[in-house]
This record gives sequence, C-alpha cells and structure tokens, in this order.
Amino acid sequence: MAEITFLEAIREALAEEMERDANVFCLGEDVGVYGGAFKVTEGLRDRFGAARVIDTPIAEAAIVGAAAGASHMGMRPVAEMQFIDFIANAYDMLTNYVATSRYRTGIGCPMVVRGPSGGYVRGGPFHSQNAEAAFLHTPGLKIVYPATAEDAKGLLKAAIRDDDCVLFFEHKYLYRRIRGVMPAGDHVTPIGKARVAREGCDLSIITYAATVWKALEAAEQLEREDGLSVEVLDLRTLAPLDDEAIVATVRKTSRALVVHEDTCTGGIAGEVIARLTEHCFEWLDAPVLRVTAHDVPLPGAPALEDFVLPQAADIVVAARRIAAY
Amino acid sequence: MPRRPRAKLGAHANRERPSSRRDARQALELSREQKLELYYWMRLTRSLEERLVSLQRQSKLVGGLFRSLGQEADAVGSAFALEPGDVVSSLTRDLGALLVRGLTPVEVLRQSMAKGDSLTRGRDLGLHLADLDRGFLGHISPLGDMVAVMAGVTLSFKVRGEARVGLVYVGEGATSTGTFHEAINLAAVQRCPLVVIVENNGYAYSTPSSVQSAAKRFVDKAVGYGIPGERADGNDVIAVYEVTRRAVDRARAGDGVTLIELLTYRRRGHAEHDDQRYVPAGEVERWARENDPLERFVRVLVDREKIEQRELDALDARVSAEVDAATAEAEASPAPEPRDALHGVLANPPDVEPHWYRDAATRGGDAGHV
Repeated sequence: MAEITFLEAIREALAEEMERDANVFCLGEDVGVYGGAFKVTEGLRDRFGAARVIDTPIAEAAIVGAAAGASHMGMRPVAEMQFIDFIANAYDMLTNYVATSRYRTGIGCPMVVRGPSGGYVRGGPFHSQNAEAAFLHTPGLKIVYPATAEDAKGLLKAAIRDDDCVLFFEHKYLYRRIRGVMPAGDHVTPIGKARVAREGCDLSIITYAATVWKALEAAEQLEREDGLSVEVLDLRTLAPLDDEAIVATVRKTSRALVVHEDTCTGGIAGEVIARLTEHCFEWLDAPVLRVTAHDVPLPGAPALEDFVLPQAADIVVAARRIAAY
Repeated sequence: MPRRPRAKLGAHANRERPSSRRDARQALELSREQKLELYYWMRLTRSLEERLVSLQRQSKLVGGLFRSLGQEADAVGSAFALEPGDVVSSLTRDLGALLVRGLTPVEVLRQSMAKGDSLTRGRDLGLHLADLDRGFLGHISPLGDMVAVMAGVTLSFKVRGEARVGLVYVGEGATSTGTFHEAINLAAVQRCPLVVIVENNGYAYSTPSSVQSAAKRFVDKAVGYGIPGERADGNDVIAVYEVTRRAVDRARAGDGVTLIELLTYRRRGHAEHDDQRYVPAGEVERWARENDPLERFVRVLVDREKIEQRELDALDARVSAEVDAATAEAEASPAPEPRDALHGVLANPPDVEPHWYRDAATRGGDAGHV
C-alpha cells in the first residue's frame, strides 16, 4: 500500500464514511466547490453531490447549531471550522447546547466539528491556535487530536460513528509533512485510548499532536547523548483522557514530562499532572514538569513564533532536569 | 435526491395571485370543533400556569416561573398550524404550543417541580424539555440558539425530501443576537422548510422593544434575509393560525423560510419575581382590559360562531379537572435519585464516576484511593 499524507488520510476517512452511511454529510465555509481552505474536502462534492457537501455562509455558530439539529434527526454531520481559531464563535453553541443536550433531554448530538489547528506555520494569532483546553472543561464533549496519518483516519472514522459530539483537531503542520500507510479494511481507531509512540523505561513524555514528533526527536537525542530510555505517550484523545495509559507509563518510568503546543496556564498538562498526583504520587521519583507554549497570543514572525512555541531542544532541557533530579 | 412531494398550495398562491384569495381563505377555514379546540388549549395554558403560580407560592416549584399570561393565543394559534411529524422549538412563554404538540399537564408539573420522572429527570427546569417523537424541542437559555438548531432540523427534512416543517419561536429580544442572524440567514439561503416567529411582547426582561432595536417593525428584518415577512395580531388566535398556516404551507411546498412577527404583550414580569417597575403606569391594565386573547376569542365564539356559554363552561370544567388530577399525580412523583446526576452525559461512557470521597462517605472509609 502506498503512503498517503495526514491530510489525504482525513479525506479518505470522510469519503469512506460518506460512502458507508448516507446520513454522513459535510458542511462549512468553502468546503464544496472550492474543496476547503486546505483542500481536505476536495473532490467530495463531485462524488457525493452538493446536498452532502454543503457550502455555508460565514457563520460558525449557525454551522454548529445546524449540525446539532441535523444530528437530532439521525444525520451524521461533519462541520468544518475553516480554521479552528474560529470555533470560538461557536463556543456558546457547543458548550450550552451541544454538550448539554443528551444530559438534559436524552437527545444526543452525534456530530463532528473538525478543523485545522496549531502553529509552527507562521500563521499568526488567528490561524495558529490550539483551542482544545477551552473545551476540556465542558462535560459532554469529546476531544480528539491525532499525531499520525493512520490515527487521523482511524479516529475521524470513529468520531463520525460516535453517538456524541467529537471535536476533531487536525494539526495543519502535519497535513502534508506526515505520511503513513493506512491499514487495510475498515480502519477505525477507538476514541479514548492513548498510544505508546516510543517505548522506554527511564522517563515518560506525555504529549499529543505535533509535539509528539518534537518529543520523538528529543527522545532520540536523549538516548544518543545521555543514554536515556525515553517513553513517549501520544494521548490521541484529550477528552476522555486515557487515565490507564497515563498511569501505566509513569508507574513504569517514575519520571514524567508533559508537553503540549498549547499555552501553559489552564492547559491539558495541568490536568494530566493533577491526575498523576492523585494516582501515581508514590511512584514518582521527580517532580512532573511541563513544556508548553508561553502564555502569549501566538505571534507571526518566525523568530517570535519559534521562541514562543515548545521546541525539541526545550524538551531535551526539561527531560535532563527530571532525569537528574 | 428524491424530490419532495409538493404540498397543496394555499397561501402562497394567495400571495402570487390575489384573485385566488377567497379560495385560500377557505382552505384556512377552521371548523367549529377546531375553534373549540383552540379555546381549550388557551384555557388549559392559562389554568395550568395559574396552578403553577399557586404551587410556587407553596414553594413546590424549582426555578423561576415565566408566565405567558396574555400571550396564549400566539403560542396556541401558531402551533395549531402544524401537522404531525413537524417539529416546533418553543420558548419559555410557549406553554400553549407545547400543549398543542402533546405535552401533558402532568409532564409540565413534574418538570416544574424537578421530579425524578419528569421529561428531563430533574436535570433541567421549566419548559426546557424535548420529545422529538411528539415533535417538540424546547429552548435553552441563550436566546437565538434554537434558530440554528432548527435550521439543522429542517435542513435534514430538505435533504431527505421529507414534507416536514419546523417552527421556531424567538422573542423580539433574541433578534438582537448574533446567532439569530447567522441562523436565519443560513436557513434562508439553504431554503430550509422553517417558520421563524418573532413573538414581540414588548419587553425582553426589562428592555422595551424600542431599546432593543432601531427597527420599528421586527418583520422588516425579513427583507435583509431575502425571505417573506408577515405581521399579525398575536392576540387574535385565528389571525395567528392563518398567518402561520400560510408560512407552513410555503415551507412545506419548498419555498423556504418565512419570518412572522406576532404582536402581543407580556402582562407579567420576565418571571414572577419581577416587579415590572419599568412598565409605564396603566399599560398592563389596559392590555388586560382591552386585549386579552382569551376574552377576545370568547366573544368571537359566542357572537360570531353562536357557541353557547355552557359549552365553554363545560370545557373550563374539563380543564379544571385535568389540572387538579395532574397536580395530584405530579405531587406524588418522586424526587430524582441523587446518583442519577452522574448518568447520561455521554452515550459512551454512560456514567461519570463519583468522586472517591463520596464513596468513602457511603462506604464508611477511604475507598483505597491513592
């Protein structure tokens, strides 16, 4: 089987699910004729028709609300945010309506809200954001953020089949840089399960999305230069977090570093570390540290963005400190 | 994609060809029985709300109580224009619409008392409730959101070629929200089979319509969305039915969204706690005296339809008995089981684990955590 890109894997998942289930449809800004800002939905309108790949007005709250309404009626909408930064416009709809609907009325919202996220691409403050932490705090939403092309496909298929709303973050830095060979057949990756991206026994790096690749780069360097055996855990799903996998890796290595591209305060890392304190305190041989973006809006200039975002070199520095504790 | 069956046109033809106006009117004509039914729903709405007031004074309700006193005609008359299979999204002052769709008094009372066997199992309050089998999807508190949700509900009708219609209510206040604008625009451009009713009752909480919008007539907003707009007397139940029915027929025929402005008046405060200090002296009293929708309809029924007062009295007695029976039944309902609070946020996993200290409290010790 030929390798395909992370982006093509997402498109393949959409096409396969639309083929499998006539209730699956896409909606969003410029997703139809144009094929989306990043061309994720390219070709889908020709293949499935304009009624299943719907070009909408610029209206994120209405897109998400309409997806919710259609999902109530048995449809399986996949709503695109042109950039995930714009999901802020649908925050009310997601947190007040979508997230509470099943709990209040028993009527769920089987829908996906997906979109390109993340930095390292010189996109500036409104085309580089990581919005996941804003939704981690809301019961009723699932959050998926894959790092590999295989997971992008398998998790998106799982998200479309899930009976609740899944926020599906697609790191745009990975869209065309990461490739993978798709497993044969109906490749569905379960939501809620982390993945050991690299086995190790001295220290665990817990991370997700683009920084999985930064962590792997750092792990190689640490092995080469320090003889450290570093395990990298790719969370893949942020809500619900895979407590079992988080606890297992830290009980194995007794040292942990949590890495994410998102800003630090109120980020996923804080939640992971709280859980480690609750479940692994006696196994820990060192304080758990974080490597994250600095707490500033993401600037566009390369020199500024590189300084603000976590780099492999930062991970190496933090890992060495934990290892030496 | 299969074509949606074209429903018979009434009002649309009426708009296009004025000569057929009489035919269209006849198509909208309600029977004597249907008019009595409208009276029944309006009376039930008012009596049930009066019972809720009395229960609130006995501290038996949970949450605020939002009356539709003086607005019963707009909710009842509009919902009466729908067919089985249609979906309505109501507001807090649309009890009448929900009753028409099949919500029962005991369900209203259980919900208002947050009972364990209420439609939302005590999770939500007031008229925040839903049952798609009966075609109602109650609102949430952020206003305007349900227009977006109903755009999606009706989008599904359109793409599946189903001859079903959605009706969503907003107050005049909600037309100020961004979501209202986004959603009605999306529904309009997609030609969704959706009717949007702006219930202009004069006030959004304490804010009068004149402070809500520089537009003198909320129906004028329709122009900006490229959709038909109609305006009617919201306290005339027949006028409400007719204007809604025309819009419903247009939607069912594939002619897209209509915005209707119904002029009515909120005689009570936003909720029962509200002292209405912002209302000019005498305004409420004038509406109560001169423009009560139930009294107006009684006059129509007695004077024009020659319905005898004893028939209306019999319906009043039936309503009264039904409300009494429902009250007794709802009061006997159990409170929710506390642990049910952790169930059903998601389909999978269906349950949230209780915090360990809750386990410790019930098991008499630290449950081995840490």
